[in-house]
Amino acid sequence: MKREEKILYHNFYMPKPEEIQQQIVRETFHLVLKRDDNICNFLEGGSLIGGADYKLIYRHYATLYFVFCVDSSESELGILDLIQVFVETLDKCFENVCELDLIFHMDKVHYILQEVVMGGMVLETNMNEIVAQIEAQNRLEKSEGGLSAAPARAVSAVKNMNLPEIPRNINIGDLNIKVPNLSQFV
Amino acid sequence: MALKMVKGSIDRMFDKNLQDLVRGIRNHKEDEAKYISQCIDEIKQELKQDNIAVKANAVCKLTYLQMLGYDISWAAFNIIEVMSASKFTFKRVGYLAASQCFHEGTDVIMLTTNQIRKDLSSPSQYDTGVALTGLSCFVTPDLARDLANDIMTLMSHTKPYIRKKAVLIMYKVFLKYPESLRPAFPRLKEKLEDPDPGVQSAAVNVICELARRNPKNYLSLAPLFFKLMTSSTNNWVLIKVIKLFGALTPLEPRLGKKLIEPLTNLIHSTSAMSLLYECVNTVIAVLISLSSGMPNHSASIQLCVQKLRILIEDSDQNLKYLGLLAMSKILKTHPKSVQSHKDLILQCLDDKDESIRLRALDLLYGMVSKKNLMEIVKKLMTHVDKAEGTTYRDELLTKIIDICSQANYQHITNFEWYISILVELTRLEGTRHGHLIAAQMLDVAIRVKAIRKFAVSQMSALLDSAHLVASSTQRNGICEVLYAAAWICGEFSEHLQGPQQTLEAMLRPKVTTLPGHIQAVYVQNVVKLYAAVLQQKEQAADTEAAQEVTQLLVERLPQFVQSADLEVQERASCILQLVKHVQKLQAKGVPVAEEVSALFAGELNPVAPKAQKKVPVPEGLDLDAWINEPPSDSESEDEKPKAIFHEEEPRHARRRQPEEDEEELARRREARKQEQANNPFYIKSSPSPQKPMTSHSRALVPGPNLSLGHLEYTSNAPMAHRYQDSPGVEHIPVVQIDLSVPLKVPGLPMSDQYVKLEEQRRHRQRLEKDKKRKKKEKGKRRHSSLPTESDEDIAPAQRVDIVTEEMPENALPSDEDDKDPNDPYRALDIDLDKPLADSEKLPVQKHRNAETVKSPEKEGVPGVEKKSKKPKKKEKKRKERESEKKDKKGEDLDFWLSTTPPPAAVPIPTPSTEELAVSTVAPAKGEGEELKREEPEDEEDSMDRDQEKKSSQHKKKKHRKEKEERPRDKKKVKKKQAAPLENGATEEEEPIPPMSSYCLLAENSYIKVTYDIQASLQKDSQVTVSVILENQSSSFLKNMELNVLDSLNTKMARPEGSSVHDGVPVPFQLPPGVSNEAQFVFTIQSIVMAQKLKGTLSFIAKDDEGATHEKLDFRLHFSCSSYLITTPCYSDAFAKLLESGDLSMNSIKVDGISMSFQNLLAKICFHHHFSVVERVDSCASMYSRSIQGHHVCLLVKKGENSVSVDGKCSDATLLSSLLEEMKTTLAQC
Repeated sequence: MKREEKILYHNFYMPKPEEIQQQIVRETFHLVLKRDDNICNFLEGGSLIGGADYKLIYRHYATLYFVFCVDSSESELGILDLIQVFVETLDKCFENVCELDLIFHMDKVHYILQEVVMGGMVLETNMNEIVAQIEAQNRLEKSEGGLSAAPARAVSAVKNMNLPEIPRNINIGDLNIKVPNLSQFV
Repeated sequence: MALKMVKGSIDRMFDKNLQDLVRGIRNHKEDEAKYISQCIDEIKQELKQDNIAVKANAVCKLTYLQMLGYDISWAAFNIIEVMSASKFTFKRVGYLAASQCFHEGTDVIMLTTNQIRKDLSSPSQYDTGVALTGLSCFVTPDLARDLANDIMTLMSHTKPYIRKKAVLIMYKVFLKYPESLRPAFPRLKEKLEDPDPGVQSAAVNVICELARRNPKNYLSLAPLFFKLMTSSTNNWVLIKVIKLFGALTPLEPRLGKKLIEPLTNLIHSTSAMSLLYECVNTVIAVLISLSSGMPNHSASIQLCVQKLRILIEDSDQNLKYLGLLAMSKILKTHPKSVQSHKDLILQCLDDKDESIRLRALDLLYGMVSKKNLMEIVKKLMTHVDKAEGTTYRDELLTKIIDICSQANYQHITNFEWYISILVELTRLEGTRHGHLIAAQMLDVAIRVKAIRKFAVSQMSALLDSAHLVASSTQRNGICEVLYAAAWICGEFSEHLQGPQQTLEAMLRPKVTTLPGHIQAVYVQNVVKLYAAVLQQKEQAADTEAAQEVTQLLVERLPQFVQSADLEVQERASCILQLVKHVQKLQAKGVPVAEEVSALFAGELNPVAPKAQKKVPVPEGLDLDAWINEPPSDSESEDEKPKAIFHEEEPRHARRRQPEEDEEELARRREARKQEQANNPFYIKSSPSPQKPMTSHSRALVPGPNLSLGHLEYTSNAPMAHRYQDSPGVEHIPVVQIDLSVPLKVPGLPMSDQYVKLEEQRRHRQRLEKDKKRKKKEKGKRRHSSLPTESDEDIAPAQRVDIVTEEMPENALPSDEDDKDPNDPYRALDIDLDKPLADSEKLPVQKHRNAETVKSPEKEGVPGVEKKSKKPKKKEKKRKERESEKKDKKGEDLDFWLSTTPPPAAVPIPTPSTEELAVSTVAPAKGEGEELKREEPEDEEDSMDRDQEKKSSQHKKKKHRKEKEERPRDKKKVKKKQAAPLENGATEEEEPIPPMSSYCLLAENSYIKVTYDIQASLQKDSQVTVSVILENQSSSFLKNMELNVLDSLNTKMARPEGSSVHDGVPVPFQLPPGVSNEAQFVFTIQSIVMAQKLKGTLSFIAKDDEGATHEKLDFRLHFSCSSYLITTPCYSDAFAKLLESGDLSMNSIKVDGISMSFQNLLAKICFHHHFSVVERVDSCASMYSRSIQGHHVCLLVKKGENSVSVDGKCSDATLLSSLLEEMKTTLAQC
């Protein structure tokens, strides 16, 4: 999980119903947010996250908090290092990562995290290895044309322009396409 | 068509992608929910399209919405569609969505099996990788079973990227499908030495995770890990390994000794704090495991404590926190070495970080002693005053109470001090723990008799001071204390100085603002006080004052009668009537005090919290037996209304009774009084025997102005004695403080006073002791003993008679630690050193029939049934091989463990003495010992190893040991078979005879065939028949083929392409004297009736003279019991099931049974696959479930020589068939 003022992103490795997930995220958020910078980065587990065997370990970067919830089999300081590895990886993959990258590319963040942690267990701690795998997968994706292939990309460029001026109905040849509701683009 | 395509792709241009969705949500902050529901509608439209790219985009957006808390399980099928896309880009989206929202309850998950298998074997490593990653999040038992083999193959993949993922996911597979652990373990172990550091680290990760739950199975890996620890440079791996050793050392102390040196080296050399910290942690674990002293022991502790001190003193709060955490571990075994750092820990209490303060508090708990308790608590009290947040303050409060009350108030030397601490704590506003303080007050006042007088005086002051009542309305936490205060004052009212004053305080109008349960206690205790006051007044012959008190009650009680709380109202109105009556009597001049106090005569003793549970059920009392036989089901419905009507009548009558009673009672009492007055032999209102005593002692007590110090110096008697002799003296300081110290709570002493007093007292004590010692040692040579004061030297200020709580006779105050039967890790407790059996292979998806459908518990203990019946030769051989190998392994570990420290220095006390005993005792006795020693298994294991080591010197003994091996195994077998009964059986009455579920199918001079039918929950119309074929001849048996004549209902599953008349070949040949097991799958439609199938086993018997074709006919009996699956059932669920009324009923009775009930149940459990729900004496309820989901409930009752079984089942035919079968089983008992 990581978050700024709003929760950006979270990932659960133990199946929990959505409401509980949200509750856990909110509670963790409040717990972490009210802590000063100069106090320790561990929080004892409450009943919500699974009891005394679990700890919240977090790191604070500018407006972002990166929070991991781990059990006693993990080394606390090790996890702090892991968060550092993860953030540095993000930085490399997004080329100077900023908050907006994480907000708009939830899927990519997921894929990066999946190379660090798999099914709730630490998979790889070597940053170069992680970055290499991510890049290889990105190349593969590019060769396939990507998720939002060429046409969509063109449109998204259009969308980013001054949107209110786009007419409600666009005529392309004989096809009359109705744009459902323009206001949502704004 | 082409047009549609074009239209589709242009439509797509305006589909939102993930970024648009995120942007949209951010732009609709005020109507987010509405916007998202709109988006979901769009997504639903997109999902309907054929274009996989559109679908993938939609699923990608859904994944984001899931993260925001929206349920997307409705799209599960679409997610699977995207997962099966051919392009990696889409596949990845699909797997990501699946990993986020699939779980065991997702029903479409079973559709993914083949897709995942395909992806796992994909030529692209990233397809495989993405499938592994996804699977790791949503693996289910079914998926684990079906894919275990595929994943295991991947563990040897050429790409390290796949290898490490495959290794890591195996842990999840083990969790879901424990049977895979043993087959996969050898390969997992190999991976510990994989050339790729990532794979190695993954393997270490998995094994550490496994070993953490069941460490003893992984001890044999210690040498391998040791190698890793000394050779690896990867800190991650090192940390994991070191953590693992921390879990292993408690099981093998010698391992710890070997570890200390390299760990100490690491501590000195490493610069990584995380590694240093874990090393220290493991060293601590080692030190804990080595309870006996070792010369360089203290050096290691010193090193740890010293390093931890550095951590705690570090400016990095994280290190500080962890240092405290580790310190608390040392504290448990070496409190002395931590106690010297008390300053540091107290300092941490002032830290601004709450986590650190809490950790420091934990440490304090273990650091207190008689000597420093007061000081520490004083410090904590100042923190309580300073604490800003209520949570932390509450935590402090509970810790203070914990610290003081730990180990039965072991550290408290002065209970007056403790009571005043508690009283001071009541000043905390807004705490949630009022009830905790109240409980402590009650506990101390009841159990420490000597303190009662003091406690009562404090409590009355509490009742008197208005601050608690006043604050009760806003903050009702702390007013709980009044509950205790009122009760103590009432119950021990004889100690009260001014009962009248307290009584008035308790009757103040403000009291009615308190919560109901407290008011109720007030009302009840007002009467107790009233009784005390009456007694006092009547003794003083002050009738007027006595009447005034009564009048006070009559005036004030009505305020409680009006209470909205039922309890208060009821008590108050009862008491009001009583008091009014007393008033009448008083008006006539009759003395009443004696009788009123008789209402509360007798002392209340503390009762242990578990006492009620421990009361043994008297013999012959069956709590579950009907008192009156219940009317049968059909009648009950008609009769119910009548019964209710009947009950109504007497209730009316009863309600009127009390009023009549009251008058009647009064009249009788009157008459009795009269009679007593006239009777010259009746001793009127004799004062209680204690009263004159107390007043006597009070008279002896010097005036309150006399200082305590003075008293102490003049007295020569030892403190404790004097206190015991004159109970009045100890309370002098109270009076003194009452007068002199201005307090926040008026009239209450400050605990600080006690700290000073205590110091003085101890000082004097020491002086006295020294004096004595001097006297004693005069003439003798004297060692100059330093004036150090150990805990034991401090005599308690009070003669502390901590009354132990009452327990019923014969009840042991044991703590049954009931382990959670649902713990997923328990299933992974599997011996990994045993070589793999033939049957233990991961299911390979070749052909449906080839699948082993054995029930899991049987697979876990291969060969148990076979063994119990008759030790088959092959089986025996295997066992021998096994035990040899195990011993060898043990020796290996032994050898490894004993290399560095010289063997002589290894202090294992058990073997040497034990060894002697064994070698001198006759073999028969040795066997008995082996059995006895079996209970603590670990110990036995290590002992075995030791024995083994020595036995190389004494070869004879080794021989005998092998002999011993067998009976022990047998016992293990018995234990295993009794397992299904565990939940019902409380005590073992007699050994359960060995049972086997295999029964004879057919036999001739060549071959003996036994079989067992196993059902599985996963397949509702399929059973597996396991057939053991044993060659009894000297011929070689081959070409064996089994054929049955299918019925309409039951059919044998034959390989594809074969006709119904073909037999199924047995997949092995049998050399002379060998036996083996083959499995055949049968499909069944209806399971409610037993079935018999005719069949033939044909084979060719070949010997020196030639080959003959032989046949053996048999009848395969499918009993209904074989369709049942042992399913545990909780008693509440069981009761619900019975109440549901959907079950039909039937019963049988069998006479002439001599077997014990215990064994009887075991038999039913074993042969008919039931589990015991509940058992009371000779009555038990049992449950089972058929593969088609029928519930079967039984009530088994044992009479003198008979057993009756009442059954209820969702199918009447099934039930009667089952009961018939059971009858046959029982008839054999």
